[in-house]
Amino acid sequence: MTKAIPNIKAVFKREFFAYFNSPVAYVIVVIFLLATMGFAFLFGDFLRTNNAYLTQSFFFWHPWIYIVIAPAVGMRLWSEEQRLGTLELLLTMPVSPWHAIIGKYLAAAVVWFVALCLTGTIVGTVFYLGNPDPGPIITGYIASYCYALACLAVTSAASAFTRNQVVCFIVSVALCLLLTLIGYPPVVDSILKSLPTWGEGLVKAIAYTSFMDHFYDMTKGIISIRDLVYFASVIAIGLIITDQAIRSKRA
Amino acid sequence: MINVQNLRKEFGSKVAVNGVTFSVEKGQVLGCLGPNGAGKSTTMRMITGYFRPTSGSISIGGVDMLSDPETAKRSIGYLPENAPLYSDMTVASFLGFCAELRGLTGAAKSKAIDRVLELCFLESVRNQSVDTLSKGYKHRTCFAQSIIHDPDVLILDEPTDGLDPNQKHEVRGLIKRMGENKAIIFSTHILEEVEAACSRAIIIDRGKVVADGTPDELKKLVPGVNTLDAVFRAITKTEG
Repeated sequence: MTKAIPNIKAVFKREFFAYFNSPVAYVIVVIFLLATMGFAFLFGDFLRTNNAYLTQSFFFWHPWIYIVIAPAVGMRLWSEEQRLGTLELLLTMPVSPWHAIIGKYLAAAVVWFVALCLTGTIVGTVFYLGNPDPGPIITGYIASYCYALACLAVTSAASAFTRNQVVCFIVSVALCLLLTLIGYPPVVDSILKSLPTWGEGLVKAIAYTSFMDHFYDMTKGIISIRDLVYFASVIAIGLIITDQAIRSKRA
Repeated sequence: MINVQNLRKEFGSKVAVNGVTFSVEKGQVLGCLGPNGAGKSTTMRMITGYFRPTSGSISIGGVDMLSDPETAKRSIGYLPENAPLYSDMTVASFLGFCAELRGLTGAAKSKAIDRVLELCFLESVRNQSVDTLSKGYKHRTCFAQSIIHDPDVLILDEPTDGLDPNQKHEVRGLIKRMGENKAIIFSTHILEEVEAACSRAIIIDRGKVVADGTPDELKKLVPGVNTLDAVFRAITKTEG
């Protein structure tokens, strides 16, 4: 176990620089910034609402952007490794598969952290134009980052199953979309209306497993342990599935 | 150093390796021969801890691969088939990454990198991207990775594949020299290589060891022929 930290660090370093040695990270960060800002200014009516809270105009769009862009970051994690054959090299090193899984996941997570930090200009804008309460902005960022991490964990799991990045991308987008929609209020409400009352508990229970349900609470400025535990469990499950998938490749 | 007992591997209903048993001591170079699909690569993947055998046991320097893989893997250097590399790295950074996973840091790491760059004639491409290397250089980069920690056990899956005759000669010489104080297994389709570099050879066919002995002993296995090539063909000929 004493080798865990240096091993995770070595894998992390390689993976992180791989993102920035290729155009991947730059393209994704730029597209992410264009998308977040574009949505906030064009569809979120950021300037016209005359509202210095970022919840409605800015964070509202993040889940939808992550559904498409987080899989683009995560899809190379294990698919590429299998396509190149380097998985064999990595797993015959004196490294536990968990060191590699965590190291790689952290690299993707830090890429997102960088991307999210670069959206800080909009925070500067609201503080320049108005006098917002910093609380919801901070919780909004935490919620947004949790959402991205959850999508990345789903992608990590999907990428362990296939050597094909396109397959991984499509499957991850579909899974993230599903996990978002089952808790998206308009969808949940319309299902509730068409179902008899006995179905209500079931629909609410399913909605509760959605990323969206937990995301909304957090953007409103309430950070509850419950929601953090939820996102932590999603990440843990994603990584455990990754481990199982890699195991099954070798069995 | 390497002790393999009754190794068996099934993929679904297909039996890829069926009861392989052999051992290799320090100072021995074992050549592993066999037709394509005979189970050579699968056997090597099990010995290096990539595949989990269906049954059987593997011990490396007295450490059981199945119960303590992380310790057992430490004394192995492995060159997988087709020499996979991370295409986005330079030769030196790739070797640095492998050295770090082997627990080498700081000065020990740079010393190890310099040593293998020299041994494998890679100094001229040190800072070149792996993507832009020719096949021979790629192969030697992956070979360099396998000896970066100066392991006691070396497993090389077709180490001379894709090399030109000069490089083949160099690599054979390297294997023979390293074999003096290591236990080495390498697979090949080139039979002269066995005579040039091996102290012992096994022939694997359809998942089983069908011959085991020094190259000279193997030559005498089939009466009437006197080359390894002829013996190989006689032993592994498909029936019917």
